[in-house]
Amino acid sequence: MQKRISNLPFKGTPEQKQKLDEVIKKHKQEKGAILPVLQEAQDIYGYLPAEVQSIIAEGLGVPLEEVYGVSTFYSQFSLTPKGKYNVSICLGTACYVKGAAAVLDRVSAVLGIQPEECTPDGKFSLTACRCVGACGLAPVLTVNGDVYGRMTPEEVDQVLAKYE
Amino acid sequence: MYRSNVLVCGGTGCTSSNSELIISKLKEEITLRGLDKEVNVIRTGCFGLCALGPIMIVYPEGSFYSRVTPEDVPEIVEEHLLKGRIVKRLLYKETIVDDNTIKSLNQTPFYAKQHRVALRNCGVINPESIDEYIAVDGYSALGKVLTEMTPEQVIDIVKASGLRGRGGAGFPTGLKWSFAAKNQADQKYVCCNADEGDPGAFMDRSVLEGDPHCVLEAMAIAGYAIGSTQGYIYVRAEYPIAVKRLQIAINQAREYGLLGKNIFNTGFDFDIDLRLGAGAFVCGEETALMTSIEGKRGEPRPRPPFPALKGLFQKPTILNNVETYANITQIILNGPEWFASMGTEKSKGTKVFALGGKIEHTGLVEVPMGTTLREIVEEIGGGVPGGHKFKAAQTGGPSGGCIPASQLDIPIDYDNLLSIGAMMGSGGLIVMDDTNCMVDIAKFFLEFTVDESCGKCTPCRIGTRRLLEVLEKITSGNGTLDDIDRLEELCYYLKENSLCALGQTAPNPVLSTLKYFRDEYIAHVTEHRCPAGVCKALTNYHILEDKCRGCTLCARNCPVGAITGSVKVPHVIDTKKCIKCGACMEKCKFNAIIKK
Repeated sequence: MQKRISNLPFKGTPEQKQKLDEVIKKHKQEKGAILPVLQEAQDIYGYLPAEVQSIIAEGLGVPLEEVYGVSTFYSQFSLTPKGKYNVSICLGTACYVKGAAAVLDRVSAVLGIQPEECTPDGKFSLTACRCVGACGLAPVLTVNGDVYGRMTPEEVDQVLAKYE
Repeated sequence: MYRSNVLVCGGTGCTSSNSELIISKLKEEITLRGLDKEVNVIRTGCFGLCALGPIMIVYPEGSFYSRVTPEDVPEIVEEHLLKGRIVKRLLYKETIVDDNTIKSLNQTPFYAKQHRVALRNCGVINPESIDEYIAVDGYSALGKVLTEMTPEQVIDIVKASGLRGRGGAGFPTGLKWSFAAKNQADQKYVCCNADEGDPGAFMDRSVLEGDPHCVLEAMAIAGYAIGSTQGYIYVRAEYPIAVKRLQIAINQAREYGLLGKNIFNTGFDFDIDLRLGAGAFVCGEETALMTSIEGKRGEPRPRPPFPALKGLFQKPTILNNVETYANITQIILNGPEWFASMGTEKSKGTKVFALGGKIEHTGLVEVPMGTTLREIVEEIGGGVPGGHKFKAAQTGGPSGGCIPASQLDIPIDYDNLLSIGAMMGSGGLIVMDDTNCMVDIAKFFLEFTVDESCGKCTPCRIGTRRLLEVLEKITSGNGTLDDIDRLEELCYYLKENSLCALGQTAPNPVLSTLKYFRDEYIAHVTEHRCPAGVCKALTNYHILEDKCRGCTLCARNCPVGAITGSVKVPHVIDTKKCIKCGACMEKCKFNAIIKK
């Protein structure tokens, strides 16, 4: 999937930097350290801005190009910040045949954003994911880990209203 | 000893519908009534019948409660656990015989035809307790292998069982092990593919969540067989419960000396580490998975050299799927003849399928190879709900194909599925009904492969995109009959020229729908019509004048004001304004709105 790249100013704190340095130190000697370091860095910052990737490249002693190659390859990594509430719609096969596309359309219309985008107030972001594994509840929508199963487009407004 | 055991499903499906809250509420209510020394609450893995979750079973009675809510918990504790009266309104209806009797779950249509080998402990034991696993013969296969058998004997048994890889391709497992055993190296690796990328398949996740030790034990056996001391499990980061339970299981096994140095005092060392996948479908391909464990972009590499010679970190490596490993300990304990007695001539044992889509009983089923698709869909799965008609079953995910109603009686095994243009894949089985458009489904899968193509080889990177463009042209009503021919030609080109299985199998959803549902493609092209009413560009909503009562409900619900009309007079939809959201049709109480 084409990655959207954020042009918002980077607002990292010294505490976050310190945590990241510890993570880099912990993994530095391991074979294949880039992937776990990026995963933990995303936990710290919420996303992976270019500045964070530079710190990782320097810390691990690998070219930035290699770090960037990995971060853009895997769908787990986000190069744009997430909203306070991240709405994720499962587009796995089981959800799709049960009408997940209509649910996604509705969420997109209500929030006024496309997948991989964030509302201007930073409140909501939207992602389309592949299978959370709760196929028995299809179609599934999650908001920051809260799972809503057997969704219909009509129920979208109600669910989103809970997070106003 | 407890007089009663309450098993609550802690799989992802049931957890998503609040089973954690039910467990804490149960414990609270039980303690409140002073029953905490008599009643035990156990969080288990997946029972399989996800459609009815959250699920709870109370033993010794075997009462199967379905769709339990936290509000139901006080009643269950008060009535059933305290007073001994089963709460009938929550019982799964198939288990009720008459007013006073319930039957065992194993006699219900969903479970009666199943034969559980890989899923044997799921929903039975507490996956976070190694003692419970040991109590059901856990780690005795590893003990037997290390103390009584040579590595060659282990490989011979796996070969004799006829076990084939459950990840999709069906390569004989014993043969794979023997290749890696032959190659000498200072270090070899045993890997487990738990990167269940097929959207709609969740059997591997259920095994990891419900019985993580059986995978660890089998990997140690594989390590002994090929001469490896280190294993890696590559598991999806999207499966947090599975990751957590695997980590608990690994720690427990290390603590008990069942992983680590000098296992069973035999001098055999073996340890396992987790590696989290980061969401790339191509990493299910063996060489891509190994590149990903190495911390790089998960791109596949050409074979040969095969992983048995140069795999992870350029060392001899075997990679098996979770479900394959889940069969190993049973083969060691019960013998290869037992395993080979199940299944068909070339596909032995059982297979787990994740039933999903338009089917009554969504969930996990495990059946002997050779069971027909009709038995799975109609008898075990309970058929298509809502009075709709079965149209197709999709197996093998984005690499597989759609099987039409005319092929439902074919016995399922690796070779039969290939012969009808589908494939076993990891075992996702999605049922579609007459409201699903097959061209749209083909487009859906191509969107997926376009997203997931790693971009390394040209046939896949560009070919999948061209396929998608043609499909988009057809579903938007601009296709020609030539496009259908071109689509087919391009499919064969991709199959023959792509580097890895992702590109080679990406055309399967298109080819199989072209084979069995060509009339739908032709209707899109020549009549500019989507027979199932799915493709928006080809569908218009209309109000039937004779059925419309002029209740105004549709007009009030239309988000774009495309519906006009006064009270008690039939309404009209302005097709130019209509965005085809379907809200009017959902709301109409008189079935007066149709798509055509």
